[in-house]
Amino acid sequence: MSTYIAIKNNQTISLLSIPVLSYEDFLSFNTSLLAGEANHCVNYFGYRLPDKLKLICCVANDEDSSILISSSEINLEMNSFPSFSAHHIAFHIFERELHENFGINYSDHPWLKPIRFSFDRADKYSTIGQYPFYQIKSEELHEVGVGPIHAGVIEPGHFRFICNGEQILHLEIQLGFQHRGIENLFLEKKKLLQRHILAESIAGDTVAGHTTAFVNIWESMCGHSADDDLQFSRTLALELERIAIHTGDLSAICTDIAYQLGSSVFGRLRTPVINYFQVWCGNRLAKGLIRAGNNHFHFSREHGDQLGELFDEYEPDYYEMWDEIKELPSALARLEKTGVVTHEQAVSIGTVGMVAKTSGIKRDIRASHPHDLYRHLIHQPIVKHHGDVYSRVQIRNEEIRQSMDYIREMMKNIPDISVKRQPLQQPQPNSLTLSLTEGWRGEICHCAVTGENGELIHYKIKDPSMHNWLALALAVRNNEISDFPICNKSFDLSYCGHDL
Amino acid sequence: MIGNIKILIHQGKQYIPDVTKAEVPGIFRGRPAISNEPVDSVALVELCPTDAIRLNPIQIDLGKCVFCGECAFAFPEKIKFTLDYKIATNHRDSLIVKEGENNNITLNPELIRNEVAKYFSGSLKLRQVSAGGDNSCELELNACGNVNFDMGRFGIEFVASPRHADGIVITGPISENMAEPLQICYDAIPHPKIIILAGTDAISGGIFEGSPALNRSFLNNYKIDLYVPGNPIHPLTFINGVLELIRKRKE
Repeated sequence: MSTYIAIKNNQTISLLSIPVLSYEDFLSFNTSLLAGEANHCVNYFGYRLPDKLKLICCVANDEDSSILISSSEINLEMNSFPSFSAHHIAFHIFERELHENFGINYSDHPWLKPIRFSFDRADKYSTIGQYPFYQIKSEELHEVGVGPIHAGVIEPGHFRFICNGEQILHLEIQLGFQHRGIENLFLEKKKLLQRHILAESIAGDTVAGHTTAFVNIWESMCGHSADDDLQFSRTLALELERIAIHTGDLSAICTDIAYQLGSSVFGRLRTPVINYFQVWCGNRLAKGLIRAGNNHFHFSREHGDQLGELFDEYEPDYYEMWDEIKELPSALARLEKTGVVTHEQAVSIGTVGMVAKTSGIKRDIRASHPHDLYRHLIHQPIVKHHGDVYSRVQIRNEEIRQSMDYIREMMKNIPDISVKRQPLQQPQPNSLTLSLTEGWRGEICHCAVTGENGELIHYKIKDPSMHNWLALALAVRNNEISDFPICNKSFDLSYCGHDL
Repeated sequence: MIGNIKILIHQGKQYIPDVTKAEVPGIFRGRPAISNEPVDSVALVELCPTDAIRLNPIQIDLGKCVFCGECAFAFPEKIKFTLDYKIATNHRDSLIVKEGENNNITLNPELIRNEVAKYFSGSLKLRQVSAGGDNSCELELNACGNVNFDMGRFGIEFVASPRHADGIVITGPISENMAEPLQICYDAIPHPKIIILAGTDAISGGIFEGSPALNRSFLNNYKIDLYVPGNPIHPLTFINGVLELIRKRKE
C-alpha cells in the first residue's frame, strides 16, 4: 500500500483513498518530504472521529503540480507525541493549532505557544488577556508592548518587543483578538449563500482570493466544471485585487516613511481601481461578485473598454510616481536593507507569497498549481533575492505591471455569457477536496471534508499570513524599533485571516 | 524636488468638491426600495443569508443586511437597491426599510445630545477599534481620510490615542477576545463621547450573529450615537452620517 495519494489542485477524492499511516510513518514521510526545498506544507489539520482524531497532512511541490496527501488516526488519550516541528520548523504553526484545539501534547515541539485562543480550544482556562509573554531578565533590556489596538485604523494584535536601546532583540507576536469562529460557522450555516458571505468575510482585503478558493472547492465537490465566463471573471477579479491592494500598500509604505506625496498619489491611484469593482459588481471590494456555478455580473466588452481606459489613465501617473520614488535617496535609505528575511529563514519557516518570492523562493500557485485562466496564462513568478523592505516594495511594483499585462491580454478574448449554465449538484459524500489560490498576499488553501450524506463535517482555511507572521518577527531583529512600522506594512499580513 | 512639483501639478485636484452631493459610480447597492408587488414572501425570507428580511409588511433591516443583492436578483420587480448612499442614522428602527415606502434615511435630531453639536461640530477626533472586523470597513474608514474623500477638511480625523478622542468607531462583530480591550479603550476616552457602529457586522453581528466566539455585551450598556450600515461601509455613507450627527441645528 502506498503511503500517500497525489492529487491536483481542486480535485475531490474519496476519504477512503487517503492512506492511513501509523503516526511514526506519517511523521517520517511528511518530514522527509520537506527535506526537499521545493516542497512545503500547505495544510495540516485534524478533525474528530467518534473515538479518535484524524490527522491529514497536505504537502505541495513548487515545481510539479501535485499535492501529496497522507493521514493518520491517533488516540487523544495518549500522553504525548513526537512533533513534526522538531524535524522541520515549518510545521510549527499547524502543530500549535492542533495542540490548542485538541490538547495534543508534543514531547519535543520547540514552543507550543497559543495561536488564537479559539472559542473551542482545549484549555478554556487559558485566556488571551493573561498570556505570559516571553521575557529576558536583564538590567540593560527593556520591553515595549504595542497593541492589541494600534495607532492607526488597522486590525488588532499584540506585539511585544524586547529592546536593547533602540535596537530590537526579539519580537513576539500574539494574535487571536480577531477570532470569529468562521471555520465552525461554515458547518453551522447550511445555506450555500451564507457560506459565500462567510468566504467573503474571511479577510475583507482578499475577497476575490478567499471566495475563489471557496467556489472552486464547492464546484469540485459537486462535480461541476466552471464555465469559461466564470473562470474569466474570477481570474480578472484576482488580478484586479492584486493591483488595488498593492497600490494601496505602496501608499501606506510612503506614509510610514513620511513621504506625503507618494502616500497621496498611490492612495488616490487605488481609488479608480476599487471603484471599478463597484462599476462591475456594485461593491468596492468585490463582495457579491464571485458565486459557485453562477455570476450575476457578466463582464461585457463595454466593461473591457472601460477598464482599458482606466489603465491608460492610471499608468502615466503611476509610472511618474514610481520613477520618482525609486531614485529618491531619503526614501531608499529607509527601505533598503531594512527588515531582511534571509533565504534560509524563508525556506525553514515555509513562507509563501510575496515573502517567499522576495527571498528567492519561486513559489506561486498561479505557476505551480494553476486554476481557472492561469492554466493558459503561463505565469512567470517575479522573484527577488534581498528579502528586505525594498524587495517587497519592488515586487509590488512589478506585480502591478505584470497584472496589468495579463488583464490587457485577457481583454482580447472576453468570453460571452454562458447560455447553458448547469445547476450545481449535491456535494459528494465521504470526500476530501483541497483548493489552492494565489491571492495578492500569497497562497490560500481551503480544505473541505464531507460526511455520509455529503454534508460538510470539516472546513479548514489557511490564509498565507499563517506562515508569514513568523517571518515578520524574525525580520525585525537587530533593526531599530522605529523601523517596525515599515517592516510591518511591507509584509501587510492579515490579522483576521490568521485568527479566522 | 522638481520631480515632486511636476507630479503635484500633474495630479491636479483630486478631492470630491461636495461630498454631500457626490454621485457614486456604477451599480452601487445602497438604500433598497421595496415595491408593493406581490411575491412569494416565504421564498424571499428564506433567501436572505442573514435573516434581514421580515414579513408583514415586507421589510429589510439594513442593520442586518450584508448587501449581497441576491433578493434583488431573485425578485427584481419587488426589490431594487438604489444608488442612495446616505443610509446612516442614529435611530436603530430607521434602518428598517418597509415595502411601499421610499423615504430617505435620516437622523432623528431629538435623539442627538446637545453637547454633540456644541463640542464636536467643528472638530471631531475619533478612535477606531476593530473588534473582529474583516479589514474591509477598516480600509474604507482609511479611505475616508485619503485625498479623494478628504474627511479631514471637516475637522473629522482618526487619532492614535483614546485620550485625544471624542468618540469611538467600532467595526466588526466584537469578538470575545476583543471585548476587554474595547471596554478599556472606551473607558479611556474623556467625556462627553460618542459611539459609532460602522458596518453591518458591528450593528448586528451580520453573518457572524450567533457565533460562540463573539461577546457583544458592550453594546447593551451604552447608547449608540450613529449606525453606519454597509458591507463594507461606503466612505460617503460614513462621512455624510457623521456630518449630519455633528452639524449645528437651528433652535
